[in-house]
Amino acid sequence: MKFKSYAKSLAVAASLAVMAGCASTGGTEDGSMDGTTSGGQGQSGVTTGQGVTTGQPSGSQVGAGQRAAIPDVRTIYFDYDKDTIRPEFESVLNEHAEYLRNNPNVQVVLQGYADERGTREYNLGLGERRAQSVERYLSVQGVSSSQIDVVSYGEERPAVEGHSEQAYAKNRRVVIAY
Amino acid sequence: MKRLAPFLLGWLMLLFSNLASAELTIEITKGSDEAIPIAVVPFAGQQLPEDIAQIVSDDLKRSGQFDPLSRSTLIASPTASDEVRYRDWRAVDSNYLVVGQVSQTEQGYRIQFELMDIYGERRMLGEAVNVSANQLRSGAHYISDKVYEAITGVRGAFSTRIAYVTAQGAIDNRRFALNVADADGRNSQQILTSREPIMSPAWSPDGNKLAYVSFESGNSAIYIQNLATSQRVQVTAFSGINSAPAWSPDGRKLAMSLSKDGQPEIYVMDIGSRSFQRLTRNEAIDTEPSWAPDGNSLVFTSDRSGGPQLYSYSLGSGESQRLTFTGNYNSRGRYSPDGETLFMIHRGNKGFSVAKQDLSNDRLTILSDSQWAESPSVAPNGSMVIFATQQGNSGVLSVVSADGNASYRLPSAEGDVREPAWSPFLN
Repeated sequence: MKFKSYAKSLAVAASLAVMAGCASTGGTEDGSMDGTTSGGQGQSGVTTGQGVTTGQPSGSQVGAGQRAAIPDVRTIYFDYDKDTIRPEFESVLNEHAEYLRNNPNVQVVLQGYADERGTREYNLGLGERRAQSVERYLSVQGVSSSQIDVVSYGEERPAVEGHSEQAYAKNRRVVIAY
Repeated sequence: MKRLAPFLLGWLMLLFSNLASAELTIEITKGSDEAIPIAVVPFAGQQLPEDIAQIVSDDLKRSGQFDPLSRSTLIASPTASDEVRYRDWRAVDSNYLVVGQVSQTEQGYRIQFELMDIYGERRMLGEAVNVSANQLRSGAHYISDKVYEAITGVRGAFSTRIAYVTAQGAIDNRRFALNVADADGRNSQQILTSREPIMSPAWSPDGNKLAYVSFESGNSAIYIQNLATSQRVQVTAFSGINSAPAWSPDGRKLAMSLSKDGQPEIYVMDIGSRSFQRLTRNEAIDTEPSWAPDGNSLVFTSDRSGGPQLYSYSLGSGESQRLTFTGNYNSRGRYSPDGETLFMIHRGNKGFSVAKQDLSNDRLTILSDSQWAESPSVAPNGSMVIFATQQGNSGVLSVVSADGNASYRLPSAEGDVREPAWSPFLN
């Protein structure tokens, strides 16, 4: 709750970034897309990330031959009341940044989440701050803001149920959804 | 003779598919020592599908202000005031007595009821209500309202409804639903189902519409749905957060929190013209607006001081003023109908509970002993506050009296129940 003021530098970037308006179809968080990594390149069945972005047929921008696999780890976690990127997740974000730089047609939705403590509407704000923090990090790494959309789910879609600290730690997260 | 308002008919004629609707039950968790003893004698009449006297008795007990005698201690069975021997009821320490009878009519039933003051030895109320065949429960709640008002001087809120959100199914296969039920949890109807989260239902002041947030488009967006026709419109779908709709007392404006400018700010939308007025301007989260009863100001949550606290925004001056200073977490403020008390979620040593602040002296009082309280909503007569909390690993609705002396829960057989919104008076 005291992680204010990061928002400042974000304000402009965020409002620009969101205009792309590519609606996530939801439920895209994990699994299902990991097929890419095992198969590597060349196989056309790689629907992968494309499935998430509306109106984009799979394989439409594979032609560049540019595309390495989408990085495996697509969730990073946050400390209580914090939206700062923990050092151990910087390498994860760096991989995504590289992937997105190399594939400028790929869109990503940063889904921000909070744990269940506190009121729901306020927690939407907290989830958004975390997603914006990731957005800012990726922007600094050279990812175009037009590739990034931010959606906050607050505490509405927990990854883990329960009232334990372990559950909370898994729920304070940002999912990088392709 | 009275006829129940048409809205009741409207409700009952709605043919909602009641698919897997989560029926709520009542579990009294705390009774008040100051509850007034009252006897409600079973109503005379032929076999009825509903037990009128039991519904009235349950309503009054739930309020925390009455302690209805159990059936086994009723020492006589009068059905009209001229059959009442007051000394019998003094002998069992009952302060009041409700009697009545039901007769069949062409359209349904005619329910006659009377309320007696035992120590004053006088009849306080005598009335008859006509209801259609499937409106017996509504008729009973009407009687509860009248009895409650005659004794306490405060309008009863037993004929009101509650809206709430349910989430059922495995964590990666959730089904969300927006529901409306009677204030006692009965007659629940789903008005919206979705695979994506639904949040923040808010009643229009006339009770005909709900505003709410749905993620069905892939992001939060605010909708208004007409309850009688099920017609709905999306009113905002800006990039970023679209959240926390709150109707102005005149029903013409909707306050909300939008983050289209980078962080959540409070806006007021004119519903007719769809024009927006931005109220707050800072780098904090500003959300959870709610109107003061006079419509001249709004209370909202802001963490501009470092943690969430409640502020009042004056529409006249355009100034915001901080209202809460006790503790480091106070959010989702809701005014009492008289505007003199502010209910909120307060974080203390034991977790998140419902609290109230007396605005004349700013004293904060904790009302609920729950650890996980959220989403408080005040009954239209100010007597009770409904909120969401946790029981085991499930979300349940809970209600606490405005004085904190009485409480009950509305558990559901399955799934999470949350985000209750108490309707305005509907008749």
